[in-house]
Amino acid sequence: MHELSIAASIVDSVTESAAAYPNTHVKEVRLRVGALASVIEESLQFCWEITIEGTPLAGAALVVTRLPVVAHCAQCDADVELDGVQSFRCPRCGTQAAELRQGRELEIESIEIEDEAEVKG
Amino acid sequence: MTTRIVELRQGILKKNDELAAGLRGRFADAGVLVLNLVSSPGTGKTAFLERTLRELLAHGSRAAALVGDLETDNDARRLAASGAPVRQINTHGICHLDAEMIGRHLEGWDAVGGEKDVALGGLDYLFIENVGNLVCPSSYDLGERIRVVLLSVTEGEDKPLKYPGLFNSADAAVITKMDLAEPCGFDRALALKNINEIRPGIRIFETSAKTGAGMEEWLGYLDESRARRV
Repeated sequence: MHELSIAASIVDSVTESAAAYPNTHVKEVRLRVGALASVIEESLQFCWEITIEGTPLAGAALVVTRLPVVAHCAQCDADVELDGVQSFRCPRCGTQAAELRQGRELEIESIEIEDEAEVKG
Repeated sequence: MTTRIVELRQGILKKNDELAAGLRGRFADAGVLVLNLVSSPGTGKTAFLERTLRELLAHGSRAAALVGDLETDNDARRLAASGAPVRQINTHGICHLDAEMIGRHLEGWDAVGGEKDVALGGLDYLFIENVGNLVCPSSYDLGERIRVVLLSVTEGEDKPLKYPGLFNSADAAVITKMDLAEPCGFDRALALKNINEIRPGIRIFETSAKTGAGMEEWLGYLDESRARRV
């Protein structure tokens, strides 16, 4: 249940970044979350709603893009997408692929901001 | 309606990662090997660490520990009985340690002649016993050089498959309570296979804090790791 801490970190970072754009509000926050990041989206969405209440981010949607695990297979000499997170083996040749290329991401990719004045008008 | 996309491309835990990077630099400068011990509650992290500290001190090494729990300082008192300097971190409900907590609890351990004469530079090893939890600690870098995941023979052999995020992020794995392997019907081969499936090639130590089994190999690994990059 560290999703609450994660949600609070996102609110802090986005609030800080959005301050550079006066007279706007944040409509959407887009995340990239790897399959190995140990974050459950449902739980994060729930915490997000609670965390943004009463902040400048109130009403902002959280959009999560899940990233599969990608590892380097030495045998195939290629980066391969793994089938789930139960086995770190190349799906093509079955060799163990320990070198991760993707899957631990926990990033804010972008935010969508909207002009306040136009919303009111 | 004008909307704009602003690319941020930043880590959600950027602040933690920056603090952790600062700690890692401090630890490297001090020449102290820092290990982060992670497992579920009840795996025996404290008993394993107690024995590790006792044996390290007996061999003339200098070691200290930070121990995280939601409440109580029971573990710190147990660990301090080894003679090593120990500090308790109470998270009061938070399910993991973070880099800020580590930094805060190292205060006074920087200068020679500080509390109990502990200085980071005078230590060979600093162990951080994380809050018992196999999910949340995986995202929080504490500035450690080695992350150790522990698994006891009384837990299921499929724990690595159930918690791949954490097992995959570990640098070493320790199986605890090996003295209970037989009565528990522990399937050793299956446990080793599962750990290796999730983290191919990881070093695995089979230990018992009670009998001392596997401790020599573990201490050898600590010594090797310290010599390797300090």
